[in-house]
Amino acid sequence: MTEAIRKPPANPYVALLKDAGLAALVALGVGAPLLGMQTVPGGRGLALIPRPGLLLATVAAVFVGRFLLGLLFANRRSAARREAEAPPRIGPSPMARIGKLVAPGLLAFSVLMPVIPGIGRYEIDLGTLVLTYVMLGWGLNIVVGLAGLLDLGYVAFYAVGAYGYAIMAKFFDLSFWAALPLTGLFAATWGIILGFPVLRLRGDYLAIVTLAFGEIIRVVLLNWTTLTGGPNGMSGVPRPTFFGLPFSMAGGEGTFAGFFGLEPSALHRVTFLYYLILALALLTNFVTIRLRRHPVGRAWEALREDEIASRALGLSVVAVKLTAFATGAMFGGFAGAFFATRQGFISPESFTFIESALILAIVVLGGMGSQLGVAIAATLMIGGFEVFRGLEEFRMLVFGLAMVAIMVWRPRGLVSGREPSVSLGKRGTIGSEHVAEGKG
Amino acid sequence: MTASATSGPLLSVAGVTTAYGSIVALRDVALEVMPGEIVTLIGANGAGKSTLMMTICGSPAPRAGSIVYDGEDIAGAPTHLIMRRGIAQSPEGRRIFPRMTVLENLRMGAEVLAGAHFEEDLEKVTALFPRLKERLTQRGGTLSGGEQQMLAIARALMSRPRLLLLDEPSLGLAPMVVRQIFSAIRDLNRTTGLTVLLVEQNAFHALRLAHRGYVLVNGSITMSGTGAELLARPEVRAAYLEGGRA
Repeated sequence: MTEAIRKPPANPYVALLKDAGLAALVALGVGAPLLGMQTVPGGRGLALIPRPGLLLATVAAVFVGRFLLGLLFANRRSAARREAEAPPRIGPSPMARIGKLVAPGLLAFSVLMPVIPGIGRYEIDLGTLVLTYVMLGWGLNIVVGLAGLLDLGYVAFYAVGAYGYAIMAKFFDLSFWAALPLTGLFAATWGIILGFPVLRLRGDYLAIVTLAFGEIIRVVLLNWTTLTGGPNGMSGVPRPTFFGLPFSMAGGEGTFAGFFGLEPSALHRVTFLYYLILALALLTNFVTIRLRRHPVGRAWEALREDEIASRALGLSVVAVKLTAFATGAMFGGFAGAFFATRQGFISPESFTFIESALILAIVVLGGMGSQLGVAIAATLMIGGFEVFRGLEEFRMLVFGLAMVAIMVWRPRGLVSGREPSVSLGKRGTIGSEHVAEGKG
Repeated sequence: MTASATSGPLLSVAGVTTAYGSIVALRDVALEVMPGEIVTLIGANGAGKSTLMMTICGSPAPRAGSIVYDGEDIAGAPTHLIMRRGIAQSPEGRRIFPRMTVLENLRMGAEVLAGAHFEEDLEKVTALFPRLKERLTQRGGTLSGGEQQMLAIARALMSRPRLLLLDEPSLGLAPMVVRQIFSAIRDLNRTTGLTVLLVEQNAFHALRLAHRGYVLVNGSITMSGTGAELLARPEVRAAYLEGGRA
């Protein structure tokens, strides 16, 4: 503990006022677009009506509330200060402890979501979308979070998977289930093709090349009209079947509803798609968690930490990098095939750079390398996009602010803890999260 | 590792020239390390000590010359294959994995053995550096400089090397910690017969520890002899004190 912490605190009221002021400022920033403006349909589109009164009232309420809250908890604060002077806390960080409860909770919710009463088609569709991004985030997490290779063109593998399935279905008449492993393999191959030229690159240079790679794939898809349909995209991508039983509104013999003797419903396919992406995402998670404990996963992390040291320890950097690219790409490919079968129509427009940026933002906001963090970030971002749909273009403003806020207060992401992959059965004596990362 | 002819040198560097682009860092360097020896390579900043160390490890590969380890020429072989032949390096600046725990760092050192006798070797290195035992579950980046150096050496030892390359283990450490580390190296050499090639700027300590030494000036070896001989020579004292001009 340094002397600065031991110093008696300055006048507590000044600190409280400062704190309340800060909270009010945040409220002003967030509230200005959210509360300060109302849109009403006018004669020519939407008209903006400023509501300064409401905004000011809210800001004042936040200020007063924060101040009172501070007074109320003043005693507890000083207790916390005493604790801070005590030796470093023992055991995992609070975030890691919360994580132990949150992860099973989220999983249970995801599994039960479609059968919860009141959940309709819209919610299931939204859940499917969120899970798609969770899966993409987890896939990219292997490359960026674990292996530390900054990839700005991840959407390329998503596109390769989607087009891979569409082309296989169109020209070779393969079903979704037959094509799924092939799309993964296909995307992994492209991961290796990208990996080779960038073996010697790191950091910014790597980012630029991967960015270009993503664009190349998109431009090829756009211009290879005989194969991909160019800007018109590919329509009529076959819908998935329930292990051979198609979903059909007509019902009857040989369809999902007919086989199980159910009333044909559009909800069947939507629910099936939801569980399909849930299973794919969980597969991604499972493989990642297993690999982290495997020499391959440890090698990825070692590579992220120090490439030269990794090489000096006898790791083949080539193999380590290529496996990271290939594994990450494979899951991107799976997600792409899912996207194609879900949409039934794909075009290059779905695979622009902004998608890569979004997936990368999910990984970074979630806390690089943290599986739970990525899942939470994907839910917040994609779910948030939907919830704030009513805000139209101000949506991006809110998300920009939210991102800045997260990076200021939790610069290593929402869940920044890193669980060791090897342990001797006993937990850490000093939570390593206490100490800033450094070469000390 | 196979048992080889113990009569010859374990490592023999001959006529090695290494360049970074057009800048020649090593010129016709030759040195030998016999099995069970501690050999030190001393020299000033920029003399090429670390370049020689890295050249032995294959990164960069030498422009000319031969590097024979255990009877085989390893010049030009890929680094990771060289490191799998029983050479281990504790690199300059330690280069431990800061966000991985001490245990994981050690695990990475044992990766070339695919984790065989990990527990046993863990016992050995923690007996050598008891501080590490207390810190096994801590992240590497949270260790002090001395502990990080111990970890770097311990990590190198986890691969059961026959030749240990130590690049400036005293860098930035307090004199007491330097003594601790050097005495650990001496113990290791005496008890297990581990062969050590030690690159140092701290010539005084290094020459006292080593059986033999080489002096590297501007990319060329200018002197060699036993540790005591070199320590007694006025040019060495001059080179060591005056920064490289013997």
